[in-house]
Amino acid sequence: MGFTASKHSSGVLMVQVEGQLIVGNRQELKNTVQEALEHGERKFLVDFTRTGYIDSSGLGALVSISKKVREQGGELRLAGLNEDLRSLFELTKLDTLFAITDTPDQALVAF
Amino acid sequence: MAVEVALRIPSDVTLIEEAVELVVRHCFAGWDAPQRVRFRLRVALSEALANAILYGNGEDPSRSVEVRAECLPDVLHLHITDDGPGFDPATIRDPVTPEDLDRACGRGLFLIRNLMDHVRYNEFGNSLCMTLRRH
Repeated sequence: MGFTASKHSSGVLMVQVEGQLIVGNRQELKNTVQEALEHGERKFLVDFTRTGYIDSSGLGALVSISKKVREQGGELRLAGLNEDLRSLFELTKLDTLFAITDTPDQALVAF
Repeated sequence: MAVEVALRIPSDVTLIEEAVELVVRHCFAGWDAPQRVRFRLRVALSEALANAILYGNGEDPSRSVEVRAECLPDVLHLHITDDGPGFDPATIRDPVTPEDLDRACGRGLFLIRNLMDHVRYNEFGNSLCMTLRRH
């Protein structure tokens, strides 16, 4: 379980969420993005292809991250949500707040 | 045959994931439950434990959370009880208005209510009973 950050050749910082994004590890994701922002990164893609589940703290962390990225003139996209994960975003109406694509490749094209 | 699982966990959010997996594994042992049902249980139980540890017990290390799962052939009943003073769940509104979207918190109970088939608090507001049908 954890987060893997890697820079794509297009200049997008891709963060893979492996396992769960929940109250116990949300701060790690927030720190990863915050540090990248401080180093000048402005394009972020969070990839949920290998994610089991997300709780409300995880959703809240994404909301906070999104706000910080926007404040710095950046862009955050989400991708790789399976049907169950996507249902959480729809239920909470957060699908209207985030730019969500089916696959990471689709998100990279959209930046 | 009914299976009952009971555990008591310290007020430490880093233990939630392991506790959830333990309960889910026992609740579905020998059952071919749909992935959607397992997902709902994982999310709702994670939420309930987080609420109990963070807000119920205030992360006080001297307090703990009790989880009891009754696993019946058609339905699961999960009881999550903290050592805190309780709260009135009626005061928690649904966080889905446009002005709520930017809020970083306040979605836990909403998710529980929507993912479980039935949700009930005891009169003190420190014990939650969640019911989930297996299919």
